[in-house]
Amino acid sequence: MKSRSFPVLTVVAALLALWYIAVIPMNAQWEYDQASRAGRDLPFGEMVANTMAQERPVLPAPHQVVAELWRSTVVEEATGRRGLWRSGSLSNRSLVYHGLITLSATMLGFVIGTGGGILLAIGIVYNKAMDTSVMPWAIASQTIPIIALAPMIIVVLNSVGISGLVPKAIIAAYLSFFPVVVGMVKGLRAPDAMQLDLMKTYSASGNDVFAKLRLPTSMPYLFASLKVGIAAALVGTIVGELPVQEGGLGVRLLSGSYYGQTIQIWAALFAAAILAAGLVGIVALIERRVLKRMGMAQ
Amino acid sequence: MSDVAAPPVVIEAQGLNLTFTTNDGPVHALKDINLSIHKGEFVSFIGPSGCGKTTFLRTIADLEQPTGGTLSVNGMSASAARKARAYGYVFQAAGLYPWRTIEGNVRLPLEIMGFSKADQAERAKRVLELVELSGFEKKFPWQLSGGMQQRASIARALAFDADILLMDEPFGALDEIVRDRLNEELLKLWARTQKTIGFVTHSIPEAVYLSTKIVVMSPRPGRITDIIDSPLPKERPLEIRDSPEFIAIAHRVREGLRAGYDQHEGV
Repeated sequence: MKSRSFPVLTVVAALLALWYIAVIPMNAQWEYDQASRAGRDLPFGEMVANTMAQERPVLPAPHQVVAELWRSTVVEEATGRRGLWRSGSLSNRSLVYHGLITLSATMLGFVIGTGGGILLAIGIVYNKAMDTSVMPWAIASQTIPIIALAPMIIVVLNSVGISGLVPKAIIAAYLSFFPVVVGMVKGLRAPDAMQLDLMKTYSASGNDVFAKLRLPTSMPYLFASLKVGIAAALVGTIVGELPVQEGGLGVRLLSGSYYGQTIQIWAALFAAAILAAGLVGIVALIERRVLKRMGMAQ
Repeated sequence: MSDVAAPPVVIEAQGLNLTFTTNDGPVHALKDINLSIHKGEFVSFIGPSGCGKTTFLRTIADLEQPTGGTLSVNGMSASAARKARAYGYVFQAAGLYPWRTIEGNVRLPLEIMGFSKADQAERAKRVLELVELSGFEKKFPWQLSGGMQQRASIARALAFDADILLMDEPFGALDEIVRDRLNEELLKLWARTQKTIGFVTHSIPEAVYLSTKIVVMSPRPGRITDIIDSPLPKERPLEIRDSPEFIAIAHRVREGLRAGYDQHEGV
């Protein structure tokens, strides 16, 4: 454990150091402007200290982001007027509230995307016509910038009376189905000629070949795809939240940029990253469990 | 042996031809193959690569389709015999499913063929005993050596009691010592189960040691150059390989292989 955590911590420390160093030149101009407006000299040491504590820095210092994360989660819910403690419901100013909105759309989108992706992959593997017709479209679908497509999906769905969670989930699914399709097509085709011949010598039915050979063989491919897919679903949800403006980490990102609240942007950014890491981590955990049970992880 | 006592013919090929169409033109993989395999025989197919020995075995198994001639397995077409699950097939690689235990792998054909759970367990136990893998039921394939994996794959082919066992260089990837042992065990297994065995190999000693009939083949086009009925007794200790009879058969096989080669090169 120690041998694994040491290199990781070293990299984290190096990144933090780089970040702190970058904060100084990024925020220095504002400090010098303030000082010259007040008509006084600004010693270097004071300038450095000031760049780490600006209210609207160009680049916030790491500890400011951490403090904002803490303030907009635990402190807001525990002491805020609209917080969980006082009002009995999550505060709409807290990252927990917005994170949960994002999470629910992400999960729904992930489930739709994964299910759709697996079905498409089965179709592609078993149907020659689908193989030649669907795959190019699936690839083409991913070349369209999601940021351009998302508002259209929202508008179209809204006009047929679908709003709220579902449109965002569909955008999430749009991004997450693709790695699942690619991975599962590869996985379902992974059995080699000998293994398929073996099934033929048993004169096994198509269902048996699928359930007893193709599906188990595809499991490692599926999990690799799911890890990419769940992270993509989160990105899709955040992009979908931008035009909808009904809460979520995407809304926090956008409103932060409207009001120049850079610390808020960075805090939302980190909340999204933590959420993504958590989701990928959970998929990885399930993967280890499942593959170990299957005897495929040694 | 008189005709009355001769066991029935199980596999019969008459004028069998198989031509693959490839990008470089047609490849004549099998040419005018005539062969009868009787019940209970142990028949080896030996020859250099490209001689069609594996192709012939695969044709018997209905994994390749002949382009001419007739082939009957158990009195039926190869395709009908496959659907009737007339044979167990052992490939060069063990090809065990990594996500199944050894017992799970042996049960695979039984599950597909719809044997009852109790029957599956009983059969798995019996065939694993037969290949001396009792005690390894719950192990996964990667926990076993290559030789043990191949034994498990033989158990898998035996599990559903097909009368015919087709083996395509099953010990080709194993080292000599393991191979000798498995050859010995295979003979015992054959004696106990009375199966008809078709066995592809490129090893002369292996072919001579195991077989009651050795089919020597040569390439381009793949054809039979010699069929040798072995005079060796059924009981064969490993030492038999130093006997004059054994050496004489091995010599004849070698001559057959060389004849096919010279004929081809001499053109």
